[in-house]
This record gives sequence, C-alpha cells and structure tokens, in this order.
Amino acid sequence: MKDIPVLRVVTKITIPIILLFAMYVQFHGDYGPGGGFQAGVIFAAAFILYGLVFGTSAVRQVVSPGILRLLTALGLLLFAGVGILTMLLGGDYLDYNTLGQDPLHGQHLGIFLVELGVGITVAAVMITFFLAFAGRRD
Amino acid sequence: MIELINIVLLGLLVITALAAIRLHDLFAVTIMFGIYSLLAAAVFVVLDAVDVAFTEAAVGVGISTILMLATIGLVGRQEKPPSHRPLLPLVVVIVTGAALVYGTFDMPPFAAPDAPVQQHVAPRYLEQSPHEIGIPNVVTAVLASYRGYDTLGELTVIFTAGVGVLVLLGFRRRRSHMADSPEEES
Repeated sequence: MKDIPVLRVVTKITIPIILLFAMYVQFHGDYGPGGGFQAGVIFAAAFILYGLVFGTSAVRQVVSPGILRLLTALGLLLFAGVGILTMLLGGDYLDYNTLGQDPLHGQHLGIFLVELGVGITVAAVMITFFLAFAGRRD
Repeated sequence: MIELINIVLLGLLVITALAAIRLHDLFAVTIMFGIYSLLAAAVFVVLDAVDVAFTEAAVGVGISTILMLATIGLVGRQEKPPSHRPLLPLVVVIVTGAALVYGTFDMPPFAAPDAPVQQHVAPRYLEQSPHEIGIPNVVTAVLASYRGYDTLGELTVIFTAGVGVLVLLGFRRRRSHMADSPEEES
C-alpha cells in the first residue's frame, strides 16, 4: 500500500499523534481514564498502522524482534521488581508506601512505575502479535 | 433518555451479533465483530465505565480486528460449509442460556445500591483512596495499588500469551525459512 501517496503522507502525519496520545494516556492515567494497558495498546497501534502501510519488514527495521522480546520481559520484571524493592525497603510485596519519604509520595511513585511496566509489556506483546500474524506472508 | 440510548445500543448489539452469525464472508464477519466491540464500548461509556470502554475500544475494535484480518489473509475469507447438523449445538446453547438467565433471577436488581458487590470493599476504596493513595482516578488506584497483585497476574498472562505466540509462530517461521533457503540466513 506504500505506493498510494495519500496513505503514505497521512500515515506519517498520524503516527506521531498516536504515539503522543499513547504517552498522554500512559502518564495521565492517575488523573483521567486510561493507564498502562490502554497506553500500551495505543502505542502498538502506531506501529501496526506503520506495518499495514509500509509492510512488516519496515516495522522490523524500526524495532527488531530481539528488542521486542527484551521489552516484553522488561515490563513484567519492572512490575515484579517494584514489589521486591518494597520488600527490601521493609514493606510488604507491592506495598508502595515505603518507596517515598511519605506514604502518598511512595504510592505515586509505585503506581507510576508499575503502570510503566504494564505499558512496556503490553506494547511489546501487541507488536509481537502483529508481526507474528501479519509477518507470515512476507 | 438514558433508557432510550440503552435500548438502541443493546438492540444494535443483538442485530450485529445476528448478522455475524448469518454472514458467511469472514471479512464481513470480522468487521461485524469490530462494530460489536465499538457498540459494547459505547454501552460501557453509558455505564460511566470509561476506563473499560477505553480498553474495549482499543483492544476489541483495534487490535483484535487487525489480528483477525491478518489471520483471514492467511486462511482465506470464505467460511467452510458446516460438516454437522446444527441442531444439537443449538439445543445445548439454548439450555445453557436458559440456565444462565434463570440464575440471574436470584441476583439483586441492576445497580441496586444495597447489592453485596456495592457493600463489600467498594465503599472503603471510594472513601479512603484520596487519603491512602492520593490520586484522583480511583480506578487506577484500585488497579495499580489496592489490587496490584492481581494486575501483576494479568500482566503475567499477557506476557505468557506473547511467549506462546512467539513459540508457535515466531520460531517455526524462522526454521521453515532455513529449510527453504539456507543461504538467506547466512
């Protein structure tokens, strides 16, 4: 589909907006609707749009399957690691109160970190799904 | 007014589901599933569950439609004619559906404030989360903090699904490549 100029131009204009919106949903999830899961899916949608128009090999050039596998594990490890960290700081597993100088600050930081972990893993898994399914024809 | 919107949305849901069953062109069925998810997301918005609606719109309408279309690209878009009579499955589905509907008669009325689900932990979350967590979105507070362990489990499910797809589709593809054209890998 990359021979159609309208699709090509519109895709290139749209992708930064989608990525920016995903960031907004990710980091604004404490205040409005959204969070790591939705942000990860939206972030992956930008890559999927790119793949639909320019082909899955173009997506592989942007983010290699090796990095995707690394990110898939990294997000989950970040989430689980926050739990280990709170235990090392003297609290229960995933009890964010111990992370900051006061409990509310710790909760903010803990929620920020685990939502980031959710977002990273979900985005990486969704892009992996798309590459695995759509990439079998190339 | 809200009843009218509910009736229209639920009616469209039923029509879309019936259309998806009746159609034999899998491309059209996939689009019907996408419309169904979009209508479901609208129902969630009417129910004030914007976080759920957000997820449904992103995953149900976006990702799963794309994945099903990619699968249709591999397997072809025409449904195979059924090899068995649909009578027995129909009876099983009707009996199961009737049992489920009978089961709902014992449940409290929809959105009843004295229902057990509204009385259990929900009031405590709503009252205490501004002091204990301090973020305005209670859904995020419940998901990430009160129920952080459950969310970790959900993320593990997604991780496992990703690993499963990689094992089934990702690795086999590379091996078949090597079998077809070994010089390409070197």
